[in-house]
Amino acid sequence: MRGHTLNIIFALTGLALIWSAHAGLLDNYVLTVLMFMGINVIFASSLNLVNGYMGEFSCGHAGFMCVGAYVGSLLSMALFTNSKLFGDALLPPELALPLFPLVLVAAGFAAAAFGLLVALPSFHTRDDYLAIITIAANYIIISIIENIDAIGGPRGLFGMKKTINAMGDFINAPWMFIWVVLITFVSVMILYRLVTSTCGKGIPAVCQNEVAAEIMGVNTNKVKIMAFMVSSGLAGVAGALYAHVYGYVNAQAFNILKSTEGLVMVYLGGMGSLSGVVIAAIAFTLLVEGLRFVIPFVNDLTHSLGLLPAGFEISQVWKWVIIPMILILLMQFRPEGLLGNRELTHVFPGLKKWITFK
Amino acid sequence: MDLFLQQCVNALQWGSFYALIALGYTLVYGVLRLINFAHGDVFMVGAYISFFASTFFLSPDGPSLSRELALALTVPCSVILTSGVGVTLERIAYRPLRRKGAHRLYVVITALMCGLVLENGNLALLGASRKALPDLLEKHNYVIGPVMVTNLKLWVIFVALLVFVILHAVVSRTRIGMAMRAVSWDKFALPLMGIPLDKVIVFTFMLGSGIAGLGGMLFAMSYPVLDPYMGAMTGWKAFIAAVVGGIGDIRGAFVGGFLLAFVEIMVAAFLPSTFRDLFAFSILLLILWKRPTGMFGLPITTKI
Repeated sequence: MRGHTLNIIFALTGLALIWSAHAGLLDNYVLTVLMFMGINVIFASSLNLVNGYMGEFSCGHAGFMCVGAYVGSLLSMALFTNSKLFGDALLPPELALPLFPLVLVAAGFAAAAFGLLVALPSFHTRDDYLAIITIAANYIIISIIENIDAIGGPRGLFGMKKTINAMGDFINAPWMFIWVVLITFVSVMILYRLVTSTCGKGIPAVCQNEVAAEIMGVNTNKVKIMAFMVSSGLAGVAGALYAHVYGYVNAQAFNILKSTEGLVMVYLGGMGSLSGVVIAAIAFTLLVEGLRFVIPFVNDLTHSLGLLPAGFEISQVWKWVIIPMILILLMQFRPEGLLGNRELTHVFPGLKKWITFK
Repeated sequence: MDLFLQQCVNALQWGSFYALIALGYTLVYGVLRLINFAHGDVFMVGAYISFFASTFFLSPDGPSLSRELALALTVPCSVILTSGVGVTLERIAYRPLRRKGAHRLYVVITALMCGLVLENGNLALLGASRKALPDLLEKHNYVIGPVMVTNLKLWVIFVALLVFVILHAVVSRTRIGMAMRAVSWDKFALPLMGIPLDKVIVFTFMLGSGIAGLGGMLFAMSYPVLDPYMGAMTGWKAFIAAVVGGIGDIRGAFVGGFLLAFVEIMVAAFLPSTFRDLFAFSILLLILWKRPTGMFGLPITTKI
């Protein structure tokens, strides 16, 4: 029973959220924030597999998200919608509902294939040089997509929202929200099962000492390929969800700034701590959305107190000063992040009575 | 052919900027084994400092100096102030971490975040309106055969060469240069030999950021529209140049800068210019795959 508590909690939370969304208890803004929270959880926890558990410094993770976003939206447009790009739908829109997970899986596989772009050089290269390769991969992916004019190039791509609308016409439910909740839980489960499995234990082994791991019989190249491909594949799924939530994708939305966002979440939560990163991703989304309201408030307050000259407004740009500042302070005072490389149950041993989490 | 020669001159100018920034990356990396990701933004700060300095010197209700005098004063001003920015970064962000013996990764993340703070802080404080540097140099065009060069281009190339020669001499001939090389060999034995570690590191940051400040000023003179994100992309590219040359080696940074610029300019000249980034980064990927330590870098030994 104890082993299932976590699953039951997850299932109940998910059901409660979906029910309240369906009953109209949550307005659209809250729903969108919740969906971005889920996407950020997938994005950050998949990055954590490489940056945390494997100890490499990948800072181009958003590139894989970009691949997933484009492949996912192109597929769903071609299969289920009448679009200018592909002409009539290949399949009847009623099939959108059962086949949508396949679209996500395909997006994941495409992104995982691009993960090889980083995984193969990582055999010879480590540390800083690998970090550069990941940055280069991010730029290469964005550049390739921007140069394909047929899928919009720098103008971006839209029209995948119709797939979600088709699902809504078939059975009336908040489908996008349901998919995000479901996929988030599935992704976190995949990562959890992977890092606690015998096969997945090779990943922290590579982090600790690559040569020793090799001597102990860990096939380090295989482990690296696995970690990079799983990580980038899940990022691709997150990207496909992101595209469908927004209804619009643009390659520049997945530039190095987006990758940095992922890094912030991972290092906020603690490298190599799944529960820490999930908490950090939720907290980070709340922080970003919270600052949206706090900044105008601070602006009004300082102006009414006469602390600032009339021409100077505190704009939303300050958000991107405050967030890096938080991380700099974090690195100075608690560089291991919120939970370090420990899980929630190690930090609060009382929880062990209720849940098991290795 | 004429186009090719003309583009070669352009590539030399563009490569000078890359080389000037890449030298800063490589100096810091060579000494501390730290990728100073904030360096591209230090370059941007240098350009802004030169903008404020030159408008101040030229302003009619300020000193209202002549153009030549303003130029002569702006150069030391931007170099010194920018190196101040670099040293401040080192002092408040990197040194506390180094004292604590934090993992190298934490310092790299701090550097990345410092860069974001610099560019977004600039945007937030100065607003999105683009600034244009006043004309400091009277433009002359020289026509040599099929090629046309401006005096500014010649100055840029000349300054980059001069900085390289001086820097090479400093690192290989002087006592402080010897100390810098010593830091990169063994950071722990160094204080035992009576070499002040912190002073050497501060000097390295001063040198690197000063060169970036000079580069920023020259960049602002050549392309006189400034924006807060100009340092980010140029900085990443210069970093690539440093890596292609073999990071940690001064010759590598210099050659890598010109090589990258040559590739970029030629791609932009003879192919659609949107392919520029694609080619630059793909070349980087190939070089790192086949020769992971760059052109001049020594092979790394892995620990056993």
